[in-house]
Amino acid sequence: MSKVNNFSTADSRWINWFKLSSPSTFYPVAGKLIPIFWVLTAIFGIAGLWVSFFVAPVDAVQGQGYRIIFVHVPVSWMSMLIYLVMAAWAGLGLIFNTRLSAMMAQALAPVGAWMTFLSLWTGAFWGKPMWGTWWVWDARLTSELILLFLYLGFIALQASIDNPRRADKAGAILALVGAINVPIIYFSVKWWNTLHQGASVSLTKAPAMAQTMLWGMLLMTLCFWMYSIAVSLMRVRTLILEREAHTDWVRQLNEVSR
Amino acid sequence: MNAFFAIIHRDLLLVMRRKSEVLTALFFFVVVTSLFPLGIGADGALLRKIAPGVLWVAALLSTLLGLQRMFAADYLDGALEQLILTPQSLVLLVSGKIAAHWLVSGLPLVLLAPIIGIQFDLDASSLYVLMASLLLGTPVLSLLGSIGAALTLGVRGGSVLMSLLILPLYVPVLIFGAGAVYANSVGLDITGHFSLLGALLILALAFVPWVSAAALKIAIE
Repeated sequence: MSKVNNFSTADSRWINWFKLSSPSTFYPVAGKLIPIFWVLTAIFGIAGLWVSFFVAPVDAVQGQGYRIIFVHVPVSWMSMLIYLVMAAWAGLGLIFNTRLSAMMAQALAPVGAWMTFLSLWTGAFWGKPMWGTWWVWDARLTSELILLFLYLGFIALQASIDNPRRADKAGAILALVGAINVPIIYFSVKWWNTLHQGASVSLTKAPAMAQTMLWGMLLMTLCFWMYSIAVSLMRVRTLILEREAHTDWVRQLNEVSR
Repeated sequence: MNAFFAIIHRDLLLVMRRKSEVLTALFFFVVVTSLFPLGIGADGALLRKIAPGVLWVAALLSTLLGLQRMFAADYLDGALEQLILTPQSLVLLVSGKIAAHWLVSGLPLVLLAPIIGIQFDLDASSLYVLMASLLLGTPVLSLLGSIGAALTLGVRGGSVLMSLLILPLYVPVLIFGAGAVYANSVGLDITGHFSLLGALLILALAFVPWVSAAALKIAIE
């Protein structure tokens, strides 16, 4: 697999990491990692679903319907985490001018946007039976919606710039500005909400959770985490092939030359 | 500092030579705000309640209309490239362009707002608060907007894309700007709103010119 890399042979561990920043080295490594992450996704997913459906007790107040939080909370966490990771990759790409970092950011954006969408969707399903309404202008819901807009803006900006290098850099600036803005938006919406006294529902005053519920949630979070990594790696491999299509090493790949 | 004022002078001169573009954005502000009573009904209490939100949202949209103009013409005729090549710091020049944009599209909104406010039956103290909140808030709109304008230079469907990028970032300004007027009308303390608007302005002043300058360099290279 190191046949195609252009770096001098490395004897320290540090240089191995830098070697991975070359798309031609990273491509086969990612290919080997993807099945591992899929297996982890399946293991955590089965365990998490088992705990959340059969082990976790029925909630005294909310009944069976509460079980949607085992999807809702993990996807909400992932949606925020992925934005930060995306901004970090974009920043790295901007500073070190590495192509792969920008590709990682580009690969993460649709995954994060899906997580945000799922969070809003499952949140609506939770809200209808529990609060009697699909949507509340609560600080968390509103900032999640704006996070979705930020993701869509990033994807749209990258899609509409033809030159990939310029698209990477412009997207990186937007991602970083967005990352700084997310907390500002969250706190301003929170303050706005307390001023208006709109919703009487409080998400923070949730009843204390049973230990098993927490376990189910953690397992499902790990499941979604592994899933996000697997899917992002698949996306980044496609991006590498697309952008490096003119190079010799891509033409020599089995899956391309066939 | 001379370069800063020279850029402002140049941009204002360009605007004076072609007034229609700027007047269109202001006319848009007046028309949009006048449509709301027609759509909702002329109930005074309701109008007073929605006035801060309507005026602020209309201000956001009319600021967006003028943003495309900030760098686009210079980009097309090559003047932007010359500005980047000058020994003057690009950050200073970008700040000048942002200041010129605010003078042309932000300041007139501050002056127009009380007239529209009267249409919405706002009392005198609300009008003062509205003007003060716009005075603090519209510079933030011009500053943040310059990032979007720089990122979407010469991009397909640039103006629509820019609204998609910039409007989510305007949310805090909208909340505190409109919130100040609302809080004043129900007799709450408004110093918090103005402190936060001021903080947003300082943050934007401190960081945005650098970000926009970096975005411009990316657009040019």
